[in-house]
Amino acid sequence: MPDSTTPALDLTPLEPVLDEYAAVPGSLITILQKTQELYGYLPMDALYRIAEATGSSPAQVLGTASFYSQFRFKPMGKHLILLCKGTACHVNGADAITLAVMNELDVANGDTTEDGLFSLSLVACLGCCSLAPVMMIDERTYGRLTPDKARQILRDIRKEEQA
Amino acid sequence: MSIRIAVGEGSCGLAAGAAAVYEALSAKLDGSEAVSLGVTGCVGACFLEPIVDLYAEDGTLYRCVRVNAEGAETIADAALTGDLTKLEPLLISGEDDGFLKRQTRIALRNCGVIDPERIEDYVAAGGYRALRRCLTELTPEQVIEEVKISGLAGRGGAGFPTWFKWNAARSSPGEEKYLICNADEGDPGAFMDRAVIESDPHNLIEGMLIGAYAIGAREAVVYVRAEYPLAIVRLREAIRQAEAAGYIGENVFGTEFSCRIRIKAGAGAFVCGEETALIESLEGKRGMPRLKPPFPAQAGYWHKPSNINNVETFANVPWILAHGGAEFAKYGVEGCRGTKVFAVTGKVRRGGLVEVPMGVTLRDVIFGIAGGIRDGKAFKAVQLGGPSGGCIPASLLDTVIDYKSLSATGAIMGSGGMVVMDEDTCMVGIARFFLDFTTRESCGKCVHCRIGTKRLGEILSRIVSGKGREGDVELLEELCAAVKDGALCGLGQTAPNPVLSTIRYFRDEYEAHIRDHRCPAKECRLLLRYSIDETKCVGCSACARKCPAKAISGELRRSFTIDPDCCVRCGACLTACRFGAVNVE
Repeated sequence: MPDSTTPALDLTPLEPVLDEYAAVPGSLITILQKTQELYGYLPMDALYRIAEATGSSPAQVLGTASFYSQFRFKPMGKHLILLCKGTACHVNGADAITLAVMNELDVANGDTTEDGLFSLSLVACLGCCSLAPVMMIDERTYGRLTPDKARQILRDIRKEEQA
Repeated sequence: MSIRIAVGEGSCGLAAGAAAVYEALSAKLDGSEAVSLGVTGCVGACFLEPIVDLYAEDGTLYRCVRVNAEGAETIADAALTGDLTKLEPLLISGEDDGFLKRQTRIALRNCGVIDPERIEDYVAAGGYRALRRCLTELTPEQVIEEVKISGLAGRGGAGFPTWFKWNAARSSPGEEKYLICNADEGDPGAFMDRAVIESDPHNLIEGMLIGAYAIGAREAVVYVRAEYPLAIVRLREAIRQAEAAGYIGENVFGTEFSCRIRIKAGAGAFVCGEETALIESLEGKRGMPRLKPPFPAQAGYWHKPSNINNVETFANVPWILAHGGAEFAKYGVEGCRGTKVFAVTGKVRRGGLVEVPMGVTLRDVIFGIAGGIRDGKAFKAVQLGGPSGGCIPASLLDTVIDYKSLSATGAIMGSGGMVVMDEDTCMVGIARFFLDFTTRESCGKCVHCRIGTKRLGEILSRIVSGKGREGDVELLEELCAAVKDGALCGLGQTAPNPVLSTIRYFRDEYEAHIRDHRCPAKECRLLLRYSIDETKCVGCSACARKCPAKAISGELRRSFTIDPDCCVRCGACLTACRFGAVNVE
């Protein structure tokens, strides 16, 4: 059961989503996607509520959610870095970029920096293979990266945030 | 006609800065009536992005490449003054233009040419005429016959004859049938489906509607991967426009045919490219493959007869129905007809989308069209078919592109990812890269796939970190055979291919790692030894200042040395040294 020491999550924004989709067969993934849009991640309380509304067991809901790489179970930082580990990026030195980003921010894959500014997610392929190696921060794609260029991009965002 | 400017705004173009170019053009043109400004999709010449096409009053195309903000000013200026000689420095070179001119475009025919957000452009290019012909002149059986004559086969990788699947779904008993488009392009290194959806979404929609008519479906779904936000936006808008124009909906063209199309966004799982896993996912469950038979044509989505085709397959359909199956079959070779789109990436000079007739050779594509290897390096291998495919060495570059010939090499046609590698790419490293991927993406249903890929990955990791043992290669081969035999779906059955094909052609590299603890491509970090050549070192200390491990010491203006025990082999010294004094072995 959800941890009783954490403050209860406000589930009211979720209700319109459930009203629309809970009774439509095969909508669980859509509901999870909308929930993540609302909260930035999938809070446990929300998953229990979804299970209740769709008539599934919590294990079914969590089992489906944990199957797909899009879903997160921890709150996300302000900026989401999607670092491409596709084949073309690999051949063009994505490992060095990964190392540079992890060292610069001191985060591991799937984690968020201490200041809550960045979350790092290594992804299979962003489909911008001709610009490899690439990363996407929020909706913006940065191509033809070098370790220095990647570090500079992160520093620039951090500077902008501090300004 | 006035001057028309179109900015290439596919994902690649936008990543290269097309949005800023558009803004700069828009600001400079300032609503001028003499010049119209619009967008187009991706022409596939990704190495030249951002691309701006200027059509003169007589319709002549001036293609400007690698345009930045300054270039945008020049283009706007040329358009406003009518002095098109100003474009000269921005124009595509003859050599680069050859990249496009030497292709044969059917699936990509409109990509980068029309505005993907305007249905009028698609209709003006002949769009929706094939659908009208099908609905008003042909029976579903005749449509299937035409596709049979064309020889079109599944472009997602399996190469199964499209007409056969359509026919099976049509003949399955039941009123309720579904047509599904697989746009879950998960193969890392392939992006042709994204390009089709972003650049010519109506072509996909028309192909799907023809397919729906052929099999007797009233409902169609496009399963798009979530990593393609722009594709989803463009497709949603295209569906809306096609509904408004009456191509989607009830009684299309006044006939009995009714169909609706909806989009389902995937949530990130490679296995969902497998058709039964995709169906499970569409039903809102974990994407785990089903046992076949029953095949989807008998019992698919909601256990109703369903037909699933890939985006590129559908993208060929309107052309086939407009020009006739026989015309399509003129391209290609016996048993493998039409064209195939490849996403050529990696170490090539000109990377992007290449559509060629079946039957050309790998050399034609990699050296003829993509311009060979960049930076004066040597070609080593080309990886085809992603995690299910294999690496083809230089000695087999004259292999003909058709399903059979490629399979004989140990690779596969796959969805068309073609990653070119040069002498700096470690083949053991590539095998490990793919096994890392399949280990993560295995759904876990079959033990052989779930645990077998994990063990394969562990052995490969051991080899690339210098801890390989005698007999590891044989162990890999044995385990590969077991995983192939013991897996239910294509993911597991083909997961060993990258390992087997690299062992087959690059066994010496495996042995160098295992016996000599040496990486011939100098890529495996843990096997590298960095040292400083005293004769070249001027003692500037640039390397020592960059070294994150403080492993470099020495005396200023004399020479420096690297302590191998402290060295973390990051290569920072190598990039820092301006005198070529750092050696790597």
